[in-house]
Amino acid sequence: MAKSILAVDDSKTMRDMVSFTLRGAGYTVIEADNGNTALTALKSAKVDVIITDVNMPEMDGITLTKRIRGLPQHAGTPILILTTESDQSKKDEGRAAGATGWIVKPFSPDKLLQIVAKVCP
Amino acid sequence: MAEDQGYDLSRFKATYFEECAELLANAEETIARLQEGTGTEEDLHAVFRCVHSIKGGGGAFAFDGLVRFAHVFETSLDALRSGRAQLTPHVADLMTAGNDILGDYVRAAQEGVELPADHGSEVTAQLAAIIGGTAPAATPKPSAAAPTPAAAPVRAAKQWRIGLKPLPGLLKTGNDPLLMLRELATLGETVVTANREALPGLTQLDFQEGYLSWSVLLTTDKPRSAIDEVFEFVAGDVADVTVEEVVAAAAPAGDGATEGEGWGLFAPVGEPAAKAAVAPAAAAAANAAQSHGPVHTASIRVDLDKIDRLVNMVGELVITQAMLGQQTTDFSVESHPELIQGLQELSHHTRELQESVMAIRAQPVKALFSRAPRLVRDLSAKLGKQARLVMSGENTEVDKTVIEQLSDPLTHLIRNSLDHGIETPEQRIAVGKTAEGTIHLGAEHRSGRIIIQVSDDGRGIDRKRVLAKAIEKGLVERSAQLTDEQIDALVFAPGFSTAEQVSDVSGRGVGMDVVRKNIQDVGGRVVVQSTPGQGSRFILSLPLTLAVMDGMLVAVGQERYVLPLTNIVESLRPTAQQARSLVNVGNVLTLRGEYIPLIPLYQMFGIKNAITDFTRGLVVVVETEGGDRIGLLVDELLGQQQVVIKSLDANYRPVQGISAATILGDGRVALILDVGALRVLGERISDEAMAASTPAVAAE
Repeated sequence: MAKSILAVDDSKTMRDMVSFTLRGAGYTVIEADNGNTALTALKSAKVDVIITDVNMPEMDGITLTKRIRGLPQHAGTPILILTTESDQSKKDEGRAAGATGWIVKPFSPDKLLQIVAKVCP
Repeated sequence: MAEDQGYDLSRFKATYFEECAELLANAEETIARLQEGTGTEEDLHAVFRCVHSIKGGGGAFAFDGLVRFAHVFETSLDALRSGRAQLTPHVADLMTAGNDILGDYVRAAQEGVELPADHGSEVTAQLAAIIGGTAPAATPKPSAAAPTPAAAPVRAAKQWRIGLKPLPGLLKTGNDPLLMLRELATLGETVVTANREALPGLTQLDFQEGYLSWSVLLTTDKPRSAIDEVFEFVAGDVADVTVEEVVAAAAPAGDGATEGEGWGLFAPVGEPAAKAAVAPAAAAAANAAQSHGPVHTASIRVDLDKIDRLVNMVGELVITQAMLGQQTTDFSVESHPELIQGLQELSHHTRELQESVMAIRAQPVKALFSRAPRLVRDLSAKLGKQARLVMSGENTEVDKTVIEQLSDPLTHLIRNSLDHGIETPEQRIAVGKTAEGTIHLGAEHRSGRIIIQVSDDGRGIDRKRVLAKAIEKGLVERSAQLTDEQIDALVFAPGFSTAEQVSDVSGRGVGMDVVRKNIQDVGGRVVVQSTPGQGSRFILSLPLTLAVMDGMLVAVGQERYVLPLTNIVESLRPTAQQARSLVNVGNVLTLRGEYIPLIPLYQMFGIKNAITDFTRGLVVVVETEGGDRIGLLVDELLGQQQVVIKSLDANYRPVQGISAATILGDGRVALILDVGALRVLGERISDEAMAASTPAVAAE
């Protein structure tokens, strides 16, 4: 059965591109435009991997990662945070929050698929 | 690793540019608040995020110039939001400039043109200075396809699996496993798992012994010797220590790498999480994701075309439903109860559907007002005046197209207020006003229309000057007696401008007459009220939607016409005294001392078998947008109704005197009259008639 990925980003452009790439590779993609809707989505959908932007209004990606780790069924779900190359502190925060890994924006579609394949259970 | 297959991302560009437009506008608004001092820390974060998002998308499309500038801008914003730099008024102004330059780059990218390499270089330099005087850190990767080498550590990070099993007596030597584990953590990332199997029951516990053992996964670039050092006191003695390098991690993707070009893993995959019990990924709830998963958002973007089609279809539905109703007038509730009932419900549902669909296109006027603060600030500075902007009713909703059409007129009205209305601080103080003038921008709903006001507390309209200018330009007869309102209305006359030299702020190219025309084009009207010395107020009245209109159906012979309800003043059957033909003027109606030109529609449109005698038909007095009144002769009034507006331009061609068309319940086409155009046409016909009959009479 196809693996399911939750893509969280407040930018529609980013969501579109990420979904397009992942769906093209056979993944099922659920999109959310902020942390709250992402958490709602997690309640009702099967999600194997979570990809989230770091800089988002209302709830940033680090906080979202912590919240996801607080959900019993997602304590071990791979979470990838999307960050920028100058964001060392965010990487550290992400690690501390329990994220699985990070990808630097902008990334090529192939890189995205490569990393997702690495972490996808 | 496979090469990039050259994904074509251009399909996402439209979305990106749409997003950029929104982000730039939001950023501008937020920066304005910061400039005024009413901004919050969250505002700084918000602006940062806007620029960050624009940069992110720009990178994906390889808009190098944009990314380079955005990076500097973003970094300076980061310095501000983290407190490393101060938000001084100069810096706030710089933010505005930065946002403008960013907008330039976005627009250039959208049009596919390259900006000169030094575009915005001054701003860039100043932004860089905020960051700390040194060159901006880490030049950004110009595009995903050409990555610059990451800062690779000299020694590659390796993974080690370390086992620590204290043997009996370890604690007595004063060594503490906890300290060892902590020390390991200083070498790098550790994932620790405790083994509690050997833990006996509480009663059998010897408090001087340790029963736990640990397995540690350590990622570090330190050499093996550093790890061994941690256990140097206990290894092989009072503790079993095993250290082995993890070569191939259990990562399913096979290469075991945990870091690479622009990505990294915090812990190799396949290892248990640091929690002792990892709940298996729970089986899903009832709805597993479909192959195209749902997008969880609070709002959704829709193509305007789709909405227009929807509005059109609903309009057709309304017409069809009206026709059905028409067909059943012969039926009664007794003979066809269900039919009548059903049709009534249909009518009700259709009306609700129409209202809902209209509401989709409605947006808060906030979008229209958003440019105003910046405009007022920039312009008042330029003109050497002090003015503040007060806005009200920003959340009043109006059709999107109306907003688009009003942007220019509104800008011009504000400019006009600042240029001609508000006095200089010295002048204001001299007349006892505060040095700072106020411009008020307001919006509200009133009797089915939206009313937008632009008012100022300036000097008002200088009526003497306006009248003199109008006479000079031949717009008005020297001997004409004009009321104050009529003089004020002269500012809308074509070619009118009292500026001595056309200031580059207002008055060049765009005149008040163009403003009025733009407003009228969307079915609105504008009037001005002025009190000398106290200020002026421009009142715009607009329909809530352009698709539907409240109208009065009138009959002229066999023809049917619709008059916009908002134009109608009154209707009457005039007496012979009231409706007369005056020499040199034509047919007029005398009403309460006022002369109102009469226009016989049958004559204008060449309709036969209509009532030609003013005293036998009905005269509908209507008011044009400019406030002029004319009387239209019709056979009778057929009643008020809401009509769906169908464009004549699109379906046929523009016709003078007609603004649009509609389809009535009985299937006939009724033309919607353009009152303003009728007045002009009427004058022309009247002039021609007079010229034909009395060529020798001089105009007075």
